Amino acid sequence: MNTVFALAGVVVRELYRRKDFYVLFVLTAVITLLMGSVSFFHDTQIVRYVKEIGLLLIWISALVIAIATTARQIPAECENRTIFPLLAKPVTRGQVILGKFAGCWLACGLALVVFYLFFGVVTGSREHHWPWLNFAQALWLQWIMLGIVVALVLLGSLVFTAPSSNSTISFIVMLGILLLGRHLNQVALQEPEPLRSIVYGFYFLIPHLEWYDVRDLIIYDQDLVGWLDCALVTLYAAVYMALLLFGAWLVFRRKALNL
Amino acid sequence: MKKFSPGLILLLLLAACFSLATVLQPRASGWSKRAQADNILKVLLGDGRRLFANQFFIQADVSFHSGYYPSIFDQARAPKDTRHLTAREGESAAEEHERQMNFLGPPRDWIERFGRHFIVTRHTHLHGNQEREILPWLKISAELDPQKVETYTVSAYWLRSMGKVKEAGDFLREGLRNNPESCEILFELGRLHYENYHDPARARNVWELGLRKWSEQAAAGKKPDLLQLDQIAMNLSRLEEKEGNLARALDLLQLARKASPHPEALQGQIDELKRKLAAAPPSAAPKVR
Repeated sequence: MNTVFALAGVVVRELYRRKDFYVLFVLTAVITLLMGSVSFFHDTQIVRYVKEIGLLLIWISALVIAIATTARQIPAECENRTIFPLLAKPVTRGQVILGKFAGCWLACGLALVVFYLFFGVVTGSREHHWPWLNFAQALWLQWIMLGIVVALVLLGSLVFTAPSSNSTISFIVMLGILLLGRHLNQVALQEPEPLRSIVYGFYFLIPHLEWYDVRDLIIYDQDLVGWLDCALVTLYAAVYMALLLFGAWLVFRRKALNL
Repeated sequence: MKKFSPGLILLLLLAACFSLATVLQPRASGWSKRAQADNILKVLLGDGRRLFANQFFIQADVSFHSGYYPSIFDQARAPKDTRHLTAREGESAAEEHERQMNFLGPPRDWIERFGRHFIVTRHTHLHGNQEREILPWLKISAELDPQKVETYTVSAYWLRSMGKVKEAGDFLREGLRNNPESCEILFELGRLHYENYHDPARARNVWELGLRKWSEQAAAGKKPDLLQLDQIAMNLSRLEEKEGNLARALDLLQLARKASPHPEALQGQIDELKRKLAAAPPSAAPKVR
């Protein structure tokens, strides 16, 4: 386990050495603050549009950080040939996969904490109340969702030849699931057989990432999601993460590392 | 060469900045005037910005429903018009809207059933001055498509209901500048003068102008909305009746009957007004308009 944490630590340190996070955070902060400073009809109490824009930017930034950080991990190790001394330590290939996954996931978590702190301060300063429990729940769900994303991108980085193609395909897949995943059953029911069964099967197969998107509940000041439901979606995500990481290990185990 | 202290140089630079600012400021305001005519959105997006305008208008509606809104896959059940945005509880538009917004139905499978724990599933409308939250989207929509008339009327309705009468008037006048032929905006502007400023003379002028615009459009074969004629004529008729101009009020009510979807409902009011007119002393001159 120590090996896994040591590998994860390297990945986390990489996040704060690279500029990706800073650029995305500054962009999110500047756009949110600029939008927040606009006065609509001389009303200073309007806040939901700031929340809407802020959370949208946080979601986009978090996805970009998760995908961009994860996609380059193993290809960079192979390209720089640092994978050979790493595996000679001795570190098993399974530990490499787990370490990279844990590092990327933790890095995403740290980035999310910074983003949500900023979001909480900005919206709280306008609304004059801080629903920290709702924010914590939204952060947790988003972080769990990013776990699935990281695991999927890690698998993709072993399947696709270049990090760029992996990032692009992963981004499209994630957006597709987030935007359409919820409605695939409706689409399936409008199709004739056997397409209906295929689309419905796909609907049950994909990880339903849209469950983790509770932005509307935050924006429109809705009640908390039930804690049991939170636990269940966490379990659901854990199963998908395990499945994808196992798949990544299976691919990595047989992968030739010479370039 | 004689040395200058850094403090002096700083002061000199500050003085230069100040002098330049006084010279440039009048010119800069000229630049901003040009920018107002051709704002950055227009320059960047061209006519394509109208497509986004509708999206922002829908976003206002989404905000009005606190996120409970049909997706593109439920579009058949999506609200077809914007009357529900300004309808009061119990009105026919509100009841029809209630039926339309019952789009979720029973869940089709366990994924959908479970997924509903993470979304807004109750049909509510903003209330208690929270309606202000829809205003930014409407403002952006108006910036993107200044010819979208309902953006101005819906915004003005909520601004008035929040007591922001001046802002409502300013926004309606901005809408009128962009849409000088719009009867809808003139109707709303008349309501603002009548109900908020209690200025029947100005309200009458605006509504009369609205009636004239409607007639001109009808004469030009543009088929203007009959509902608009009905609304303007009805409100103007009430105003004239209150002001004692019963003959004009009767004319307007008869005009409204032609445009009304329920003319039989107006017949009673017409008969009542006829009785009042007959009972009025013949010497009673109509009030000055």
